[in-house]
Parts: sequence; C-alpha cells; structure tokens
Amino acid sequence: MYRSLKRWWWLFTGPTIAAFIIGFVAPFALGVYLSFTKFTTVTKSRWVGLDNYARLLSDDTFLHSLWYTAAFALVTTVVINVVAFAVAYMLVKKFKGSNLYRSVFFMPNLIGGIVLGYVWLLLLNGILGHWARSITYSATYGFWGLVILVCWQQIGYMMVIYIAGLQSIPGELIESAEVDGATPRQTLRSVIIPLVMPSITVCTFLTITNGFKLFDQNLALTNGAPSRQSELLALNIYNTFYGRTGFEGVGQAKAVIFLIIVAAISLLQNRFARSKEA
Amino acid sequence: MRDPKHPKLWTVLFAIVAVAYLFPILLVLINSFKGKVFVSSEPFALPNAETFVGLENYITGIAKTDFLSSFGWSLVITIGSAFLILLCTSMTAWWIVRTDNRFAKSLYIVFLFNLVVPFQMVMFTLSWLTDYLGLGNPFGLWIVYLGFGAGLAVFIFTGFVKGIPTEIEEAATIDGCGPVRTFFLVVLPIMKPAVITVAILEVMWLWNDYLLPYLTLDMRKYKTVPIAVQYLKGGYGTVDMGAMMGVLVLAMIPVIIFYLFSQKHIIKGVVAGAVKG
Repeated sequence: MYRSLKRWWWLFTGPTIAAFIIGFVAPFALGVYLSFTKFTTVTKSRWVGLDNYARLLSDDTFLHSLWYTAAFALVTTVVINVVAFAVAYMLVKKFKGSNLYRSVFFMPNLIGGIVLGYVWLLLLNGILGHWARSITYSATYGFWGLVILVCWQQIGYMMVIYIAGLQSIPGELIESAEVDGATPRQTLRSVIIPLVMPSITVCTFLTITNGFKLFDQNLALTNGAPSRQSELLALNIYNTFYGRTGFEGVGQAKAVIFLIIVAAISLLQNRFARSKEA
Repeated sequence: MRDPKHPKLWTVLFAIVAVAYLFPILLVLINSFKGKVFVSSEPFALPNAETFVGLENYITGIAKTDFLSSFGWSLVITIGSAFLILLCTSMTAWWIVRTDNRFAKSLYIVFLFNLVVPFQMVMFTLSWLTDYLGLGNPFGLWIVYLGFGAGLAVFIFTGFVKGIPTEIEEAATIDGCGPVRTFFLVVLPIMKPAVITVAILEVMWLWNDYLLPYLTLDMRKYKTVPIAVQYLKGGYGTVDMGAMMGVLVLAMIPVIIFYLFSQKHIIKGVVAGAVKG
C-alpha cells in the first residue's frame, strides 16, 4: 500500500504545496532577496548589498523598539507564567464553580487583538483621565498599558495548559509526599514543579514569542504614540514599510533581523526544554 | 489535588476576581448605551436619563462600518480557509508520515520552518504576490491562508498520525481500498480529535486576523470585522466613541456566543495543541 501511496503525492501534497509556495515560500525567498536591494515596488529593485542592514543600525526607532520589545516580552513572560501557574494551582482544587472560573479566565483569548486594544483604550484612558492624562502621554504609560492588556488576555490561555499539566500528576505522588511529612511548599517545589516542567517550557515559549510578535494590540492601543516611542518591533517594521517611502528595503532588512531573533529564541528554548525534560 | 479547607470562601473569592476580570468587557457594554460625548467624559458612570441613547450607537456603528457585510466576509473567509486547511493539510500530513521518504522529510522540515517565521517577514512580498495573482479577494484568501497557515496544521496532524497504528489501514488495503478511499473512509474518521484541535486553533486565528486581510484585500470592496473596527478609528480626526462602543460589542457578541456553546472543545483543543506544539 505504501508503495502505491507514493504515486498519489500530487493529490495528497499537491494542493498544500502549491498554496504553500504562494503563501509562504515565494514571498519568503523574495523577501530575503529584497532585503539586499533598494526598491519601491517588488518589480523595481536595485542590488545594494548590505546597505539596508547598515542603515537599520543607525535607525534610532528600530534600536529603541528592539529594547522596548525585549523588555516587554520579558515582563509579560514572567508575569503571565507566574500568575497563570498560581491560578491553575488554585483552580485544580475542587470547589464550587472552579470549572466556571476556568472558562471566564480563558474567554479574552477568543476576542481579536484589535477589539481588545480598543476595549482597554476605553478603560485605561478612563482611569488616566482622573489625572488629565491618556495612555499616549508617554512610552512608559504605553508599556504598562500593553503589559496589563496582554497579561489579561493570555493568563487564561496559559492557565488552561498549566491545569492540564497539574491534572496529569498522579494523586498518589502528592499524597505520599504528604505522608512523608513534606510541607505544601516542599511538595510544590520538589514534586509538582519538576513534574509540570513540560507545561512550563511550552508556556514560556508561547509567551516569549507572542511578546515579540505582538502587533494588533499595539496598533489599537497606542499606535506607537507618542512619536513612535511605544512601538514594538512588529509595528516598527510595518511603519517602516508603509510609512516612509524609500525605506522599503530597510523595512525588509528589519524583518530579516526580526525573523532571526524569533527563530533564535525558538531554537534556544527548544534545546533548553529538551535538556530539562530528558 | 486536595480540596481547599474553606471551599465556600474560595468560591466567593474567585467570584469577585472573575467579575473584576470581566469588567473591561462590561464597561464597553455599559458605554455602548451612552451618548458619544459621555463615553469619554464619564466612562465609569452608568447610563442615566440624560446620557442614555438606546440603540443609537449600534445603528450608527453598523451604518458607518457597513458591519453586516464585514461580518459576512469574515464568515466566508474563516469558514472557507479553515475547511481548506483541514482537508489539504490532513492529507499532506498522512502522506508525509506514511511515505517517510527523503521528499516527505524535507517537506516536513520546510513546514516546521514556517512555524517560526513572523508575518512581517513576508508581509510586503505576500501582498504584492496576491495582488499579482489576482487573489486579493475573500476566495483568493482561502489559498493564501492555506499557504501561510499550513505549518501549524501539518505539525499537529503529523504528530497525531504517528500515533495511529498502521494495521487498520493495511486491513483496508487488503479489502481493496486504494490510498484515497483508505484516507477518507478509515484514516480521517480516526483523526477526528486532531481535526477538532486544528479547527479551533485555525478559526481563532482566522476570525481575528487583521494584518493579512488588510494588506491583501481590496479595501473598497471587502472588509473583515477587525478591519471594520480599525476603520472606525479612521484618519478623520475625532472618533465617534459611541459608534465605536456599539461596534466593539457587536464584534464580541458572536465570539462569546460561540465560546459559550463550544468552550469544552475549545479548551481541550488548546491543551492538545500545546502538548503537541
């Protein structure tokens, strides 16, 4: 049977490959090539070598957004995972409504990033209005506003994964730890946390990459204001492409750097996860 | 895990936290019934005789954004793309696992690579290419989404297929089924849990995606719901905050209803996706 299956490659893989070339492979290859050219449209390009990469190094908005994004990803990763784990730890205990609360905390993930951005714009500006300020008053406001929004959105998602991890721990293990006289804290540190390590690695991976790739929420909440100071990397690249003529090549070079950063994080994370789980 | 010592106290505590958690959404709902001036000036006040405007915000919001047609196009794009992704990538994943030759292996690696590439990398060239090929309409997006979304789907499906024993498929072959019938009559029904997982993850992404449709669709003819919301912000100076509130509520209602009916599947799907991912 498997011999005859090979002959059917065109039916089983053909449509996916064709779409994959249109939706990914061709734009990707073309994107890498264009990062070494000066272009205004895809068909009008002139080879400039590493010129675009040199120019992005002297682009202050890019360097700023790079640090801003790294700080953002770090803060959100820590807060989301600590809170999500704590909530999951409490919700696996059986009390009235614990399933309902699970559903409530997960819900924001279903609502799109643009909509969430405007929901929080109303709330945050409403609060800041008491001091006659708004979210776009400074990049610090924008930073913490985005942190609150993203934590609110993603805690429920990671919580669900942690709950699954916690529930897969055999009850006897925890009971035997208690019989042996371990305090709840000792049980948590020496039994529970090592056993939910796979969930921790998945959740940190998701939160870091989500932090780096964040776009919609940033666009809706601050759109980079004031003067591009609250711009995360994804939005910075977008604005370079579509906001400044003559900078398309620089935008594409930024995208390549962006890809390298995200890919490097994924690789490192993967290697770290395997070493922990083995 | 052990039950808490004071279960009632925990219920009360979490009830308070849950209400606080939903507060941002409730706030938008409350403000959607207030006149546009009062949304900005007193966002935390309940509507009263002076500020209450009934459904006015909803009516202007729907009119200003042409919300109903956006909603329709969002449905067309999401359902069509999700169906195409499920059909094509499940076939591809089965073929990759069962054939397992050099071509299948390299194909799998390229799909894996797709997973880590952020959209910004292909943003400019993809929007040019879709335009060039005439795919800049809701039906063309089915193909674009199949292409860009293939990585995750193939990844989850291959993980699942690896766990299916081959005996059943071999039995089907002996009974005279060719690969196509074996796949659709035997394999696909077994893959149902994975299909539900992928369907959930893809639908969550497709329905909410903003940038890809914004950059590829002809904005004079087609908008999706996220694009309609963003358009309301527009470039024309002051935003009609009342209409904005109405549209935000309209954008959230279908998602919340969908969630209420299928939350068990959604949560299971997310967990299954995370374990494989």
